[in-house]
Amino acid sequence: MMDPTVDGRFGNFGGMFVPETLIPSCQELEKAFREAWGSTDFREELSALLKDYAGRPSPITICERLSEELGYKILLKREDLNHTGSHKINNVLGQALLAKRMGKSRLVAETGAGQHGVATATAAALFGMDCVVYMGEVDIERQKLNVFRMHLLGAEVRPALSGSRTLKDAINEAMRDWVATVEDSHYCLGSVMGPHPYPWMVREFHRVIGIEAHSQCQELLGRNPDVVTACVGGGSNALGIFSGFVDTEAELIGVEPAGGAAVDRGIPGVVHGSLSYLLQDEWGQVLEAESISAGLDYPGIGPEHAHLAETGRARYEKVNDKEVVDAFQLLARTEGIIPALEPAHALAWMSREREYLSGKTVLLNLSGRGDKDAIQMMEVFG
Amino acid sequence: MTQREEGIEHALLQVISAERKCLVPYITGGFDGYLEAISAAAEAGADAIEIGIPFSDPVMDGPTIQEANDLVLSRGVSPLQIIDEVASLDVDVPLAVMTYYNVVYRFGLERFASNLNEAEISGVILPDLPLIEASPWIDAATSNGRESILLAAPTTTDLHLQRICEETRGFVYAVGLLGITGARKELAESAKVIARRCKEMTEKPVLVGVGIGNPDQAMEVSEVSDGCIVGSAIVQKLLDGGGPEGVGKLVSEFRSALDSH
Repeated sequence: MMDPTVDGRFGNFGGMFVPETLIPSCQELEKAFREAWGSTDFREELSALLKDYAGRPSPITICERLSEELGYKILLKREDLNHTGSHKINNVLGQALLAKRMGKSRLVAETGAGQHGVATATAAALFGMDCVVYMGEVDIERQKLNVFRMHLLGAEVRPALSGSRTLKDAINEAMRDWVATVEDSHYCLGSVMGPHPYPWMVREFHRVIGIEAHSQCQELLGRNPDVVTACVGGGSNALGIFSGFVDTEAELIGVEPAGGAAVDRGIPGVVHGSLSYLLQDEWGQVLEAESISAGLDYPGIGPEHAHLAETGRARYEKVNDKEVVDAFQLLARTEGIIPALEPAHALAWMSREREYLSGKTVLLNLSGRGDKDAIQMMEVFG
Repeated sequence: MTQREEGIEHALLQVISAERKCLVPYITGGFDGYLEAISAAAEAGADAIEIGIPFSDPVMDGPTIQEANDLVLSRGVSPLQIIDEVASLDVDVPLAVMTYYNVVYRFGLERFASNLNEAEISGVILPDLPLIEASPWIDAATSNGRESILLAAPTTTDLHLQRICEETRGFVYAVGLLGITGARKELAESAKVIARRCKEMTEKPVLVGVGIGNPDQAMEVSEVSDGCIVGSAIVQKLLDGGGPEGVGKLVSEFRSALDSH
């Protein structure tokens, strides 16, 4: 994967569009990350945490029954088996360790589905830091279990009451908090978005997914998969797995919810610190994304994804809620794995495109497990 | 040329050379009665007026301005409508708009600057556009004779502050505290500190905004700065149904306080 330019650009996208108050912090963070990432001590400490605390490496499962059902070979990268139930832990352990190194005592985070909030609360508990998580009021309602988990982990969950009261508004609140508390707080952003250095730093913390998957594929298949796919909201799990295959022949497919398809329906715009594709009206007002999955309910996309889309290295597809619900059940019944609704999007695309994928080998990043979605799905199924 | 055409820096420097303090109230554009409120504020002694163009994700704004913002957006008022309405408003103090960068970016930088020129709106404040990202906008503003007013924060380094003071037009918008817009019980320590730091670096007007909620705080901060911007306190007056008269009355209270020292 390419590193961003000094001004935080991936091609035409990215940047550091934040209030002047936050500029010194973003610059300080960039410097601290660059230093830490180049330091053997930091790398070793993080690797040990990922192994002994988070349970890495995550395995790859070859799906016999699902492959038979869809008619082509399917592999799952099992990020759902990580501690806290999703890929999010990779990034928060990295950021919390970095925050500690920078002398920060408090973590601020936003969360959509609650997975990043839980992961941040977990890291805060592990390092003995204070933690405040902003979550849209609507999401608090549909993800009660994760709210309870965050409380249990000692974090304070504050509702975002403005706008659509979902992920984008939780980010607004987290940024407002950070503007006021920047001296002792680190904003633990949960995706490959936001101002530079976040899109780059978060991707680097998730690269472990792609590095592992690449070598696991060599072991299991003796070659690279033909297609690598992942769901995309902001796009952190997708960049994590893509990073292992961007230099190969593998096709990279990101799957967005139809109601939040930033690449397909978006227009370049600036929100939450970077320039990227964005759902917005003719006056630049940001539109509300709509999706069955709180974790993908975001009107933008990480700037590096915008760059990968613009250059054609990755392709972005969309699926509707109905297809996602079907895919959710499909994996449960064929493989005994209940996926989170987010990666069920990528599976929904795979299920729909079985003709196109026939004869290929497809690696899906199963970014999280579906326990958190059980209550919501009980209502969907009636 | 009228005061409005001469622009903000020109007007504020006149106020300063008369040994008075500058008062810049903020009014949410598109809010019921906002045009009358602008006129009332001008009549009550505002030296320039800042007009907010609502944006869906105002990360630098607190609950008061957010609420007014959401009300305007829910009525479907567009940025162009606000600019057009202000264009035909007969008021002779220089004007600025305050909005977020995506509104300008979507509009087109050149087109936005040119529309403001036609509307005789002199200044633009974009709180999420820091100096390091501002060049394309500053170029468009300058070529259309608009003043891009830059913000300086308590966290801004000296080196960076120097550049902000050099690049800004109209005045230096010194952010009074670490945080978002909204009235506070007391004036933050940081308000005078940032004002002093800016004053040491530039001859341009230095106005403090964010956290100036009452005439006493305005007076206190203006012991160091050349004046202040008052936002949430005025918008709250509009939200409470005070109307243009309420705004006029509040602005004159600030005016008398600033003139009394």
